[in-house]
Amino acid sequence: MQTQTVRPLRFGLHRFASPPEFYRLAGQLIPWFGSAAAALAAFGLYLGFFVAPTDFQQGEVYRVIFIHVPAAWMAMFIYAVMAFWAGFGLAFNTRTSSMWACAMAPTGALMAFLALWTGALWGRPAWGAYWAWDARMTSTLILLFLYLGFMALHGAIDDPRRADRAAGVLALVGVVNLPIIYFSVQWWNTLHQGATISLTRAPTMATTMLEAMFVMMLSFWMYSIAASLARVRAILLEREKRSSWVQDIARG
Amino acid sequence: MIRALLAVVRRDLLLAMRQRGDVLNVLMFFVIVVTMFPLGVGPDKDTLRLIAPGVVWVAALLSAILSLGRLFALDYADGTLEQIMLSGQPLSLTVLGKIAAHWLITGAPITVMSVALAMVFDMAAGPGATLVASLLLGTPCLSLIGAVGAALTLGLRGAGVLVTLLVLPLYVPVLICGALAVERSAGGLSPAPGLMVLGALSLGAIALAPWAIGAALRISIE
Amino acid sequence: MHWASWQDFWAMGGSGGYVWGAYGVVALALAAEVASLRSRIRRACEAARRTADWSTKEREQ
Repeated sequence: MQTQTVRPLRFGLHRFASPPEFYRLAGQLIPWFGSAAAALAAFGLYLGFFVAPTDFQQGEVYRVIFIHVPAAWMAMFIYAVMAFWAGFGLAFNTRTSSMWACAMAPTGALMAFLALWTGALWGRPAWGAYWAWDARMTSTLILLFLYLGFMALHGAIDDPRRADRAAGVLALVGVVNLPIIYFSVQWWNTLHQGATISLTRAPTMATTMLEAMFVMMLSFWMYSIAASLARVRAILLEREKRSSWVQDIARG
Repeated sequence: MIRALLAVVRRDLLLAMRQRGDVLNVLMFFVIVVTMFPLGVGPDKDTLRLIAPGVVWVAALLSAILSLGRLFALDYADGTLEQIMLSGQPLSLTVLGKIAAHWLITGAPITVMSVALAMVFDMAAGPGATLVASLLLGTPCLSLIGAVGAALTLGLRGAGVLVTLLVLPLYVPVLICGALAVERSAGGLSPAPGLMVLGALSLGAIALAPWAIGAALRISIE
Repeated sequence: MHWASWQDFWAMGGSGGYVWGAYGVVALALAAEVASLRSRIRRACEAARRTADWSTKEREQ
């Protein structure tokens, strides 16, 4: 049996460092975050399609923004959160923190991919090219590579503890590099752009557009949390399958 | 402390000199990759002058990654690395020493070779000099960041390709600044901003990477 | 509400393909993620039950 020494945290949060407690908490939270995501999405899409006006320059196609921007934002946000929890797990040697970080990675990668996909489908009608090598899309592509690298490194190591810690170091290195990457790509983009194309993506936003986008961002955030919670439950079950609490759950 | 550092550097250099083939292979890889591009793109001088900075830099990135296999893996395989880590010497120092030696046998030759490559691409003196300077300032950063990847993937099967996937995204800022500096120089502008950023990146890497590398080595070797 | 008809809504001023292509893939991807997580949890439970059964059998022997 494995004993874990965990430093007590304020608010008694440290008890969630215990896998069965975390499993139970995750199970309780998923329905809340899931329904919040659905409700916010319904409201946000209503705002986006039936309240927000037609854009002066881009017509109707700008409405892709209501999923493009949330996906792009979540991709970045999840990476930062993932790196935080991986670092936390490294510093305090808590398994559940690292498992939580791993649980977030595939969702974050999916968000990055969706940001790229929706961005391409927006780019084609808006200014003629599926891919324009602009700063934000290129940074998002590199972010996707960082996610895939994290998952690849974790998958390549058999020992789960070594995998957690190695991927954790990689995530921390990545999160430190991410602003540097973003700014260097931005610099690269501005210096290579001729005076010809000005790639201003977002239309000048009416208030209703901003509202719809904000609601959709919240929806994506709630969804990401729910999906990560579900995944961490799967990870807990898989990794701890020999322990009695998992076998009780499986039997009962 | 300096003596300990120099001892590590000397040891690694001696070992590398005994297996000179490995070192030369990386250099040849660099040259061959660069040569592929004109063959793929065509010998038009203007095109070549345009793509030269990017091509040389990408080849430098790939060569750096290729050379990482020697950095820790050999010592890891025969148990020396574990001994070094148990020896009580500060790990950061050892790591810096190994990376310095690594740079001397990869980054430095690549920088020197780029003089010839600048001529092959018919670059003017200014951009050519900037290319050499950019490689001089940037390749230490490549060695340092690459070492993090090498330490993380120590002993894994498929480590070679995995290291590439992990490290190339992290190389992007160095690539961009290096190639941009040369392009600015070719366009008559001052390459100073790009070169200064490169220098800053390398200095930042010298300061921060040893921590990550040490942590990664401890994780890989426990 | 400013769509003259459902026809107009689906057409999205001519760029319906792009808009619905984008939204469609997002919806599909998220649904696929949810489905895959559900099945992953189910499979993990089954694997755990099998492990539980083996250890019960070992103890009985």
